[in-house]
Amino acid sequence: MTLAEILASLFPEGHAVRVADGLVTGRAPFDGAEAAVIGIDGDTPLGVEGALALSRAVLDAVRAGDRVPILVLVDSDSQRMSRRDELLGLNECLAHLAKALLLADRAGHPTVGLIYGHSAAGAFIATALATRVLAALPGANPSVMDLPSVARVTKLPLERLEEMAKSTPVFAPGLDNMVATGAVHAVLDPARPLDAQVRDLIAGLPAEDVRDRLGAERGGRPVAQAVAAAVAAEARRG
Amino acid sequence: MAAPMAAGTDPRALSWYEATARQRVAALADPGTFHEFLPPTERRMSPHLPLFDLPRAFDDGIVVGRARLDGKPVLVAAQEGRFMGGAFGEVHGAKLIGLLRAARDLRPAAVLILFDTGGVRLQEANAGETAIAEAMRAIAELRAAGVPVIGLIGGRAGAYGGGGLIAGACSRLAVSEGGRISVSGPEVIETNQGAEEFDSRDRALVWRTMGGKHRRLIGGADAFAADTVAAFRAAALDLIGRAPAFDLATLEAEQARLEARIARFGDCRDATEIWARMGVNDPDAVPAMTTASFDETVARVAEAHHDAR
Amino acid sequence: MESLTFRHTTEKPLGGTAPSAITGVVASGNLEILLERVLPPDACEVAIETPIAGYGPVWEAVVADFVARAQPGGLRISINDGGARPDTVSLRLLQGARLMEA
Repeated sequence: MTLAEILASLFPEGHAVRVADGLVTGRAPFDGAEAAVIGIDGDTPLGVEGALALSRAVLDAVRAGDRVPILVLVDSDSQRMSRRDELLGLNECLAHLAKALLLADRAGHPTVGLIYGHSAAGAFIATALATRVLAALPGANPSVMDLPSVARVTKLPLERLEEMAKSTPVFAPGLDNMVATGAVHAVLDPARPLDAQVRDLIAGLPAEDVRDRLGAERGGRPVAQAVAAAVAAEARRG
Repeated sequence: MAAPMAAGTDPRALSWYEATARQRVAALADPGTFHEFLPPTERRMSPHLPLFDLPRAFDDGIVVGRARLDGKPVLVAAQEGRFMGGAFGEVHGAKLIGLLRAARDLRPAAVLILFDTGGVRLQEANAGETAIAEAMRAIAELRAAGVPVIGLIGGRAGAYGGGGLIAGACSRLAVSEGGRISVSGPEVIETNQGAEEFDSRDRALVWRTMGGKHRRLIGGADAFAADTVAAFRAAALDLIGRAPAFDLATLEAEQARLEARIARFGDCRDATEIWARMGVNDPDAVPAMTTASFDETVARVAEAHHDAR
Repeated sequence: MESLTFRHTTEKPLGGTAPSAITGVVASGNLEILLERVLPPDACEVAIETPIAGYGPVWEAVVADFVARAQPGGLRISINDGGARPDTVSLRLLQGARLMEA
């Protein structure tokens, strides 16, 4: 689905969501009230300016105090890889955006991510992965690194990695693997109206971070939940 | 568990950069107070590295546990930058997450994260990336509950990739000259944009752009530490006492701080231009400055003291 | 990865009371050694995981030399190798034994 199709399906009453330089911001009538929207469109990399524009929109929503849902729509590249961005503190800007979303969550805004295209690395962590619940549309392609690049770094033949990827979701790019890891909670049905599906996600928001439990149930992260629980149990034993 | 210390010398005089994660933790804490969770004898190793014919570590490259710092209870996580570049794999990440979650109930005086990481471990990339997101959420919850999360950065792997993002979520950061904080590493930028954009072999450029002095001067870190365990210990104790709240006021102030930085320095090509515009008298002298004279320089730079995060 | 295990009988137990110790880091040309006092006092077992196959006889010789010198009775020793040279292995083994004797 394109961003325009997604917005039309999410907001059948119309919307005031704009895209500028690949950055998505705006508001729209939603579920009898309003929703705030931020996002990245068109496989755009996220740099310092983009991160601060999006965090500004999130903080504006928090300041308004209306606790409206914040939808984070993502079809991005990775973080913008440049000397200038790092010089200016890209790590602070991306972390700031993630913190703004986490603060909004704590302030009572349901935060829902929707990945409909690509996303990777720092851009993915600062946006979609900082929401309470992350959904995807079929065809989305989240990744940390594509297989040819993994082959270069690990010095393993691409054919062997492709074979391993079939049985080992923990390293391979793609939506199915991110679902198995627990990072993506649900895959939506593009044939049905998205507004109802997002309303259902909000109605069923997990009370706490369940991603490692999902990863264990789905087999994409076989040990993370047990290891975290073991550390926490030892710590609590005092 | 017994582990080697620098025999015959004061362990707190150890070079942070050269020390292992275990040496850092043991020397940072009050003597004899560190107690490790899931120690190496538990053998919680990566289930994935054997698929890649890679050796595993008994602790998966991270040491977690409790200790006392000047008598106060703290929880500590220390990454080992020499094992797989300190990168986040499934077990490695989960140990940090377990520690952060326990801290929510235990409310220690602080959680200390001794970063030493290149980011996500590619062989376990999806697990590593998700763990970074989980860590940032857990840190936000912990800070909101009033527990300071202090990052200490001075290891050979720096704090890159997702490690740089987690660092940006901490209440306070101390960094040494050798500590680097960045998202994309020099090699990644060079591979994607060419050597004209970033020559990763130019070590002086790497340090100027991502190193501890630059981060401290622009306000990306709150304390500059000499490269010793003693200096990091002193910095940690100081920073615990002045951790910012995690609330709208703090994030509004951080928004303003970062917007002002980009408005003022966004056209600079090199760190030395930024330092000159900040009013540093001799920007070219900064990389070679001693800790004492660098501290004096920092004291005169307004940006370094605007510390909302 | 290649797994090797060597079992030895020693003339005496290793001194000291430390129940376990760890030394070294898994990195290129380095290794980590975990020592645990869990075996009968005249037994020593050394288990090695190495990414470099085909060096069984070298490991066997290094371990035998260490056992003869240190008399590490009672120890189970587990090694994660990152491709260390034999002299590095010897050094680390002796360092580990000293930690257990403390």
